[in-house]
Amino acid sequence: MMEALAVTIPPFERFYLQHRDEVLGYLRRLLGGRAEDAWQETFLRALRAYDRLEHGRHLRAWVFTIATRVAMDELRARSPEELPDDVPGEELQRPAYRELEHLTAELPPTERAAVVLRYGYDLPYAEIGAALGSSEEAARAAASSGVRRLRRQHDGHA
Amino acid sequence: MTVTPELDTLFRSAAIREGVVDVRYDVVDSPVGELLLAATDRGLARISYTVDGGDVELARAFGVRVLRTPLDDVRRELDEYFEGRRREFDLPLDLHATGFQSEVLHELARVPYGHTDTYGHLAARVGKPRAARAVGMVMNRNPIPIVLPCHRIVGANGALTGYAGGLHVKRALLELEGVLLA
Repeated sequence: MMEALAVTIPPFERFYLQHRDEVLGYLRRLLGGRAEDAWQETFLRALRAYDRLEHGRHLRAWVFTIATRVAMDELRARSPEELPDDVPGEELQRPAYRELEHLTAELPPTERAAVVLRYGYDLPYAEIGAALGSSEEAARAAASSGVRRLRRQHDGHA
Repeated sequence: MTVTPELDTLFRSAAIREGVVDVRYDVVDSPVGELLLAATDRGLARISYTVDGGDVELARAFGVRVLRTPLDDVRRELDEYFEGRRREFDLPLDLHATGFQSEVLHELARVPYGHTDTYGHLAARVGKPRAARAVGMVMNRNPIPIVLPCHRIVGANGALTGYAGGLHVKRALLELEGVLLA
């Protein structure tokens, strides 16, 4: 009976077909023209680790985690990172995010990933924290700090 | 955001190059319908007339790192066979068979192009002359039909009896090989 309850791991091909486009879109948002190398590296890392998964749950969050780490490595290699301020959370509504989305390229890497994962892909903060290698609170703080920075940029441009 | 065919091909090639794929497969057209072909690093492991859900069966048998990529060598030899230009296959096989099944499949591999044999004879050749029915089961579960030619095995009275791809496929393969059927 336990067998039946476990979520079986789909063949890698199905996992890949289900997530490849979305992950490329995510990496484009984070890395722009450098996204394709990062995308390939993401799925190679996923494939290397795929036979060590214990169940088929949360595969979407898992591949976003890998993509985020690959993107962070890429961004950190190219630009100095600012630490997110430790401030209470500030939530955005989706329409507001769409209005600000084009400005995310100017955010520091961690804030950019946190904002895009939260508002672009609806990932919960616990999973964003896992993706960033930090806590849920730190992920919330990074997103919040990113949102405030976006608003300032937006007002500055306006 | 859609992954282009070029980027997709780059990834699949890199994955194969790295050797981190448990089993690769492809689905190809043939004169006897769509075929699912699968291979491990050791060789050809499956030919199946059942295409849907084939990837799940492969994951169960070989591991979850299942990836679709062209299997050019297998495809080329099959094309040559179907065009009547190839009588023997020259492909490494990854045959996960043991005991009786393994013995029967190895005997089966020796039945030549254009000839038929019976379940009973095959049973006798592995030293179990009364095991014709068990030989039939092994034929039924043959993981690599066409290359391991279970279509060449017929009943004692010459009846085609059965085939995983359907009797019309068995008949077509034998006719391709020039076997005269009643």
